[in-house]
Amino acid sequence: MRKFALTAIAAAFAVTAFTGGAAKAAGGDQPAPAAQDWSWQGLFGTYDRAQLQRGFQVYKNVCAGCHSLRFIAFRNLEGIGFNEDQIKAIAAEYDIEDGPNDDGDMFDRPGIPADYFPAPFPNEKAAAASNGGAIPPDLSLMNKARVGGPDYVFGLLTGYEEEAPEGFDLADGKYYNHYFPGHQISMAPPLYDEAVEYTDGTPMTLEQHARDITAFLNWTAQPELEARKALGMKVILFLLVLTAMMYAVKRKIWRDVEH
Amino acid sequence: MSAPQWNNKVVKWVDDRLPVISMLHHSAYEYPTPKNLSYMWNFGSLAGFVLVTMILSGIFLVMNYTPHTSMAFESVERIMRDVNYGWLIRYIHMNGASMFFIVVFIHIFRGLYYGSYKAPREMLWWIGILILLAMMATAFMGYVLPWGQMSFWGATVITNLFSAFPIIGDPLVTWLWGGFSVDNPTLNRFFSLHYLMPFVILGLVVLHVWALHSVRSNNPTGVEIKTPQDSIPFHPYYTIKDLYGLGVFLIFFSAFVFFAPDYLGHPDNYIPANPLVTPPHIVPEWYFLPFYAILRSIDFTIFGIPAKLLGVLAMFASIVILFVIPWLDTSKVRSSKFRPVYKWFFWLFVIDTFILGYCGAKAPDDYFLGIPGLKVIVMGQLSTLYYFAHFLVVMPLVGKLERTKPLPASISESVLKEGANA
Repeated sequence: MRKFALTAIAAAFAVTAFTGGAAKAAGGDQPAPAAQDWSWQGLFGTYDRAQLQRGFQVYKNVCAGCHSLRFIAFRNLEGIGFNEDQIKAIAAEYDIEDGPNDDGDMFDRPGIPADYFPAPFPNEKAAAASNGGAIPPDLSLMNKARVGGPDYVFGLLTGYEEEAPEGFDLADGKYYNHYFPGHQISMAPPLYDEAVEYTDGTPMTLEQHARDITAFLNWTAQPELEARKALGMKVILFLLVLTAMMYAVKRKIWRDVEH
Repeated sequence: MSAPQWNNKVVKWVDDRLPVISMLHHSAYEYPTPKNLSYMWNFGSLAGFVLVTMILSGIFLVMNYTPHTSMAFESVERIMRDVNYGWLIRYIHMNGASMFFIVVFIHIFRGLYYGSYKAPREMLWWIGILILLAMMATAFMGYVLPWGQMSFWGATVITNLFSAFPIIGDPLVTWLWGGFSVDNPTLNRFFSLHYLMPFVILGLVVLHVWALHSVRSNNPTGVEIKTPQDSIPFHPYYTIKDLYGLGVFLIFFSAFVFFAPDYLGHPDNYIPANPLVTPPHIVPEWYFLPFYAILRSIDFTIFGIPAKLLGVLAMFASIVILFVIPWLDTSKVRSSKFRPVYKWFFWLFVIDTFILGYCGAKAPDDYFLGIPGLKVIVMGQLSTLYYFAHFLVVMPLVGKLERTKPLPASISESVLKEGANA
């Protein structure tokens, strides 16, 4: 009987591992991006605030030209270690369309912390028109919305090839990328060495930029990650103690029953 | 069972007018339960716990969710980012669906192994199947609500299945959609029904427990309770055992909620629904994969019946067939413990459902486990064949031909024997 119970529990674990794995394995011919070490991995992993801020710098100076970040408000930047004054200053750098005013006109005003990051294009048609027909996707959830998550995003950003391999028919205005499904991507290689100037002495290499922006995008996708893991630790510790006590009580109650 | 005498005046006053307290006492306290239940009997109460968890977390999600195609995705993100502990409530609800199916699938397999569907428990078993069907409908409609890419395309694929029926098919699909494609009316009605169905399930659970309490729990020996020595009162013995099981289960559940909340989901559902872009692989949630594999495995016509219709019928049949297994199983013995041949077929069947699940997750033209020459579609067809053969061939034949082991005279006797062997 114990064997049956153990088998069933093992099966429950197997079904989750197996189906999750199987669902994730469905993909095309592109290689799986290499797994990277990220600071937020593991049971105790947390974000590196300095890295998130560098990543934000990359977003602001490079990505924001084409990609929106519509679920992130300036006030959220508190989560990557900026204080209220810094956030006010960052928000004020942006022009936000507001209105209509009493005359019925829309007007621009400097951003405030409650505003969301403005989109680079007024609508999808405008975005497609400026990008050879491709719409640059919103980046807020990018790390959760692709198979492979951060490893994929990092792989994509560092996976460009100047020349397509022999015999590969690359369409006009497309770029060859190892990890993009079908290998033909409309986004020109966005990063290069010294694309953004870091002030904290971190090497300004393409790879470092890619690592930092990926970290930043992981935060935009899962801003709750640190709170979630911290609470999870407490919950599971509590449950371990509670369950052990339940087990002890169960043993005591069943002590005299032949079963 | 005589009605207990209540000393507390208030309790007595209420109970004399509506014997609700006596009823609870009768069914949750003194309910005579076989004393040899294994931990496999924990999953029923766990399923009840998950149902309540889903209803409660769902009620709080609804307070912040907007069922409109232009706002549903945003409102879910607002829950994740701005609502206090919204991420916790949503991750509980999202993973709770998977937990519900894990627990219920184990519960069903336990019933299959120990013959809990046999007389006099047929009604109990049927209500259980109805609960499974209601759960599947609820889970499907719930998955549509965040209005991500998989929500939209999953809804499109599954509702389109009904178009396979001749003549009424197309009007039926239009009627289900409330229009000519999956759109806002579809989202609205799915939301309404998703809120309704859990209470239907709750009603079915009441019937399930009612039926259980009139025929009594089965047990690992499959031998009925014969003397008072065979049973013990539900409380405190099984309340504490269920609580201990609940603790173990909650640790498992929490591991997903807090440390791998998106592991069981599909990344595409974090992309807002877009009717103009079809995802390369439309895959249902894991708990539907075996049924999806059965649906897809029919790629041929029989007697001019189109493959799509056959697939849909096969998929529904894979669950409906469970209704008749009390008669397909010809064995006089309930528990597989005493069925040396059938036992192996049971485990083969379990493996078969896992293979079906794997096939459902893969593209039909992939190779099964990467084995050259063995296409997923072929493996899916073989496992579908075996799935039905298990019920239609193995169950009737093995029941007739198998020489079963001798049954213990009573639950008490089996307990004493096992105790002596240990």
